[in-house]
Amino acid sequence: MKYVIIGNSAAAVGCIEGIRKNDQSGEILLISDEKHATYSRPLISYWLKGKVVDKNMYYRPEDFYEKNGVKTMLGVKVTGLDAKKKTLTLSDGSKVDYENLLVGTGSRPFVPPIEGVNECKNAVTFLNWDSAIQLKSMINENSRVIVLGAGLIGLKVAEGLAGHVGTLTVVEMASHLMPSVLDDKGAAILEKHITKCGVNFIFGDSAAKAGTNELTLSSGKKLPFDVLVVAAGVRPNVELVKEAGGKVGRGIVTDDEMRTTLDGVYAAGDCVEAVDTVTGDRHIMALLPNAYMQGEAAGINMAGGKADTPKVMPMNAIGFFGLPLVSAGSYDGEEFVEEGEESYKKLVFRDNKLLGYILISDVDRAGIYTALIREKIDLKGVDIALLKKQPQLMLFGKSDRKRILAGGGIAQ
Amino acid sequence: MKKVYAIEEYCLACHLCEYYCGFSHSGESSIVKAYKKGAPQARIQVEEGSEVNFALNCRHCDNPICVKSCITGALTRDEDGVIRVNQEKCVGCWTCVMSCPYGAVVRGHGDKSVALKCDLCTESGDTPACVQGCPNRALVFEDRGDAK
Repeated sequence: MKYVIIGNSAAAVGCIEGIRKNDQSGEILLISDEKHATYSRPLISYWLKGKVVDKNMYYRPEDFYEKNGVKTMLGVKVTGLDAKKKTLTLSDGSKVDYENLLVGTGSRPFVPPIEGVNECKNAVTFLNWDSAIQLKSMINENSRVIVLGAGLIGLKVAEGLAGHVGTLTVVEMASHLMPSVLDDKGAAILEKHITKCGVNFIFGDSAAKAGTNELTLSSGKKLPFDVLVVAAGVRPNVELVKEAGGKVGRGIVTDDEMRTTLDGVYAAGDCVEAVDTVTGDRHIMALLPNAYMQGEAAGINMAGGKADTPKVMPMNAIGFFGLPLVSAGSYDGEEFVEEGEESYKKLVFRDNKLLGYILISDVDRAGIYTALIREKIDLKGVDIALLKKQPQLMLFGKSDRKRILAGGGIAQ
Repeated sequence: MKKVYAIEEYCLACHLCEYYCGFSHSGESSIVKAYKKGAPQARIQVEEGSEVNFALNCRHCDNPICVKSCITGALTRDEDGVIRVNQEKCVGCWTCVMSCPYGAVVRGHGDKSVALKCDLCTESGDTPACVQGCPNRALVFEDRGDAK
């Protein structure tokens, strides 16, 4: 069997580890347009800050490819996919055959249509290690930096830059930070904390025109800058599959086994849309744990095994300037909220199940909440008062608890 | 593989397992020295209920969601089946805390704000310190077959 993997991040690594569970000898070729050995994308802001050094950026040990019998072609882009002939065309003009293919092409930064932004030499995006290296080379302790977008990437880049630059302003179109993850109360707590750490925010406004050193906002307000970081979201890299005739919605469409609609072609990670295990809706859940689990399932399946369908849902474990935030699930239900000065707890219930949560500050043992959501546990036999107090295994009834303590999992 | 199991009917909630665990991972030669420097954090946690109590540490799952979710590669399931955290690689993002269905990964406090978890005291090569220190045999170290 010959496996070809496009991409070199979590989905690709999951796929390799999945294949090797069932097939020790099949040929694996990995092709990536990045020259680095597999590294952790979420660490680029830590690297920018100086908290993680080069050697700790790598997602797997140096001998990972060798140990798993993987040939690599790094710095090479796949430009075409012929699903009938089962061949790929590469940027160097060569062709590669496959029997099973994983498309783990990830996503790319979305740059909104801001006048002048494409011509602006000091405007950058922030998604991979090379973009972090570029940004680091552009800043000094006096730099005036504007970040467009107060989502996960925008805030992480702000944290990475804080203390290394002169001024730091984040411009966000929505009325509060992390609009896709947090409600206004949770966002307010986080905003207060991040502001104390030297980051300024402008909400309800957006960039209209980028000059050489001046940004004009939609409101007419003008802001001087030395470096502009565009962190306005990402778009999935679906083109290879789309042009080959594969079905694409918001992302590449896959079934429960991570197969695309093309024979022998699987997809995983930030480029796919998947079924949210909580809501049943199909959307893109671009998160490293999901990418790994989808990649692993694809690998197991393409090597002739039968993987459980990855149970994916929106989740975030992220901290800013020492204040941790964990969230998971969906938020359309009955709320239980506890607010503190620098802490927040929101639990959302529906149909006698836990549907979602947001925790700021005290995130200990949050995985118990996550498991209740992921496994859709009926709360009939559960002590709700204990559940609301804190995540704990004592909330389960005796027989469930015995099974769980023995390592039998939360699922009923 | 052999793992640590709690017998809730026997647990007195004395928390000695936590003290022995903290000491065992403190790198100090005596428990007195270890606690003089401030309480070392335990990787096992006692839950106290109205009727029963029990201690809980990592289940060393065969199919560990924490390892799959780890963003840095700091968490690994090693050849001996033990799940370990490389503290040099961990950045304390708490994705493992969000993922572990048992709530068995502990957030490290202080300067080194990284994930802490049970390693079955494999460095000492002995019966885990929590089991040795339990005065009422509410913790056992035995092979019961696979965990999920």
